[in-house]
Amino acid sequence: MFDIFEQLKQTFTGESGHGFSGGIHPLQNKRTASQNIITCPLPPLLIHPMKQHIGEACQPLVKIGDHVLRGQKIAKSQGYLSVPIHASTSGKVIKIEDHAIPHPSGLGMPSIFIVPDGLDAADESIHPMPNYRSVDAVELRERIRYAGLAGLGGAVFPTFIKLVQDKQHPIDVVVLNGIECEPWLTNDHQLMLEKSHEIISGMDIIMHMVEAKQGIIAIEDNKPDAALVMQNTLTEMGLDQQIRLQVLPTKYPQGGEKQLIQSLTGKQVPAGRLPIHIGVLSQNVGTSKAIYDAVCLGEPITERVITVSGDALAKPNNMRVRLGTPMRFLLHQCGLESLDDIRLIHGGPMMGELMRSADIPVVKGSNGVLAMWDKSVKQAHHEEEPCIRCGDCGEVCPAGLMPNLLANHCKQEQFDKAEDYNLFDCIECGACSYVCPSHIPLVHYFRFGKGQVAQIRREKTFADESRARSDSRELRIAKENAAKEEKRRVAREKKEARAAEAAKKAAAEAAATESETTSSAEKEEGQP
Amino acid sequence: MIFLSSPHQHSGNSIQLTMLSVIIALLPASMVSVYLFGWLAALLITFCISACLLTEYICLKVMQQNMKRLWDGSAALTGLLLALVLPASVPWWMALFACVFAILITKQLYGGLGHNLFNPALAARVVLLISFPLHMTVWIIPMPAEGVLDLYNFSLCFTFFFFGPEAIQQTWDAITMASPLGYVKTELSRGVPVHEALNTYQYSTLNAFIGREAGSLGETSALALLIGGIWLIARRTISWHIPLSYLCTVALLALVFNAINPDLYAPPLFHLLAGGLMLCAFFMATDPVSSPSSSIGKIVFGVGCGVLTWVIRTYGNYPEGAMFAVILMNCAVPLIDYYFRPRVYGKTRKKG
Repeated sequence: MFDIFEQLKQTFTGESGHGFSGGIHPLQNKRTASQNIITCPLPPLLIHPMKQHIGEACQPLVKIGDHVLRGQKIAKSQGYLSVPIHASTSGKVIKIEDHAIPHPSGLGMPSIFIVPDGLDAADESIHPMPNYRSVDAVELRERIRYAGLAGLGGAVFPTFIKLVQDKQHPIDVVVLNGIECEPWLTNDHQLMLEKSHEIISGMDIIMHMVEAKQGIIAIEDNKPDAALVMQNTLTEMGLDQQIRLQVLPTKYPQGGEKQLIQSLTGKQVPAGRLPIHIGVLSQNVGTSKAIYDAVCLGEPITERVITVSGDALAKPNNMRVRLGTPMRFLLHQCGLESLDDIRLIHGGPMMGELMRSADIPVVKGSNGVLAMWDKSVKQAHHEEEPCIRCGDCGEVCPAGLMPNLLANHCKQEQFDKAEDYNLFDCIECGACSYVCPSHIPLVHYFRFGKGQVAQIRREKTFADESRARSDSRELRIAKENAAKEEKRRVAREKKEARAAEAAKKAAAEAAATESETTSSAEKEEGQP
Repeated sequence: MIFLSSPHQHSGNSIQLTMLSVIIALLPASMVSVYLFGWLAALLITFCISACLLTEYICLKVMQQNMKRLWDGSAALTGLLLALVLPASVPWWMALFACVFAILITKQLYGGLGHNLFNPALAARVVLLISFPLHMTVWIIPMPAEGVLDLYNFSLCFTFFFFGPEAIQQTWDAITMASPLGYVKTELSRGVPVHEALNTYQYSTLNAFIGREAGSLGETSALALLIGGIWLIARRTISWHIPLSYLCTVALLALVFNAINPDLYAPPLFHLLAGGLMLCAFFMATDPVSSPSSSIGKIVFGVGCGVLTWVIRTYGNYPEGAMFAVILMNCAVPLIDYYFRPRVYGKTRKKG
């Protein structure tokens, strides 16, 4: 029924013997599990937003009317935390303007619109590099950056940044994340079934690059077929000595990087630090496959696998889709005729966001799109009732927070208290909102709180800078005035000294002339 | 269209479901009380639930709140809990006073559901005990012998409930007795050792366990309460932290002191089965609103309740300390919540 000693240990130490603390078991609804990946046809229009990763937006390299090839770089990265964007097929650039992207704000992003010419001619400027073991890690890293890779699990953190050798923090373990804990989504599952060789080769490339000795592939026990295939492939490729497969009990949000690391190694990533600081590097299986494509085949990222599902969809599918394909086209391919009474979710139901438009394109971070009946979404977003302080939210929180108290502080805009209750350790997994009997949108309050605190910090920085500027200006003016004053004083003193000297001189002269005159007078007197 | 924040999936749990589960878990204890005290118990339970719902209705109406709140189950649960901690001999006006106090003063004046500092039913019970100590420390003899008071006669019970013992030609002394806790306390004050007092009371552990003894309606049967409580824990409506730490603390204290001086201190099993301890541990102390949120806080709360219960029972003026203990610990909840937080991922535990 329940293991009291295990729970007691967890209560007092915050650590549990197996897995991470907290977590939930939501309804899986994996309708598309073990369904073969089908290739989505080319859409009539591709839309490439200039930002599909965490970091700086890209700068377009093409003009309206340009003809582009598949895999051609059409936008260059800006700054370090950024990766370039490539055309998904050959065709003509028809316009560059703002377009809706999957983002909760609903704000647009400059995007390049391409009409495919149907030839799908590839840009062959990058050469395949099948013998990656003989290639230097720096060159591989540059290639992965060039290929535009960002975490395909959904976080879209530029991949090349993680793939670095740091003498201070050597990487002991490379973790391959095949957890896919979000309900409904099966794209990673299916990818593991169909592309196990590519995925494991990609992992081998990563391990070669960071010189890691050990690798772990993590899969939840709701995907036994994927675990079997991966294990067989490991043995086949002769990598089962370095890389081991770990099957974990299914629990949401195990796919979260920090939670997965805790489940596998028993160690927690210290607050404010990165997995690399405890010698761990983790990558999603999709990213690993994309690394293989980029290195061994010389192909930048132009397509990905996405789960198209939801309770309103007649023919849900796992699809290989060109980046930039509008969601409307995708859903149409899966038998969705009308969007009446339907809400679209970009991503999974736990962390995905409701889409404001069906014309949003598939981007690098799109792991799923769900078409849900309006009533089922409404059911999940029931009217908020007062908190009865049951504490269920705290029990399921994988970060060890007290969501009910935290939400109260955010609601009452007591942000200093919210920060004291570790607002910024929230990973927004949604487990608390999922179990709340009062249907309180806890995650919503945390996002609000985080946004407000960020705003307050920005304003404070701005005010501090202004104050510092004004202070330094006053200081400078005071200094200048003092200098001027000093100069004047010195000048005055000099003048006075000179004047005094002159007066003295004059007096002496006067005395001299006087004596002269007297003596001359005397002389004169003496010389009658 | 409104664009709501994730998650877009929900467990389906609700306040109503939570309250309903607790009410269901109280059914065994309620049935035992009806078996022991007949129509008196049935009347009191119905009366208290109706009175609480009516008070809640008036409060919501006056404060212009959403009337759906009436059916969230919390007022009905308060009524049921309150009835179960009252003696069967309580007259209707006293029960009414308790219901109004529970809903109006302890709950609605503090801001309604989720904002009350004290457990409403328990606070009302404590107020009654302090205001009417005589009425609240005598107990109807359960399943009395022929000819004393036929508890299964509806009209007799009805008359007694609304018009008192005089209306049915009875005196308080003839139909009531002391509870084991009260009896032992009185005997101890006269210098009689615990085991002798228990002998003269004809105390039997088995009777105390299944509930054939004097006490409030629902607190006599440890068995019925355990069935309900364990069911609640199994379906995770309540967590095990408070009941377990509470009961263990009482048992441990009783064990140690009983070992030191068995004449002065009652044995652990007597403490566990007597009075309102079981009911308080599983249904009162676990009230989500008035108990701490975190698991570690719950353990601290349970231990605190246990220590206070044993101390009040042993050294206090009143024979029973469970209710006072929970009410006192309710006051400490904001402090516990502040100082006992769970350990945050990737951080060392921080206190306060």
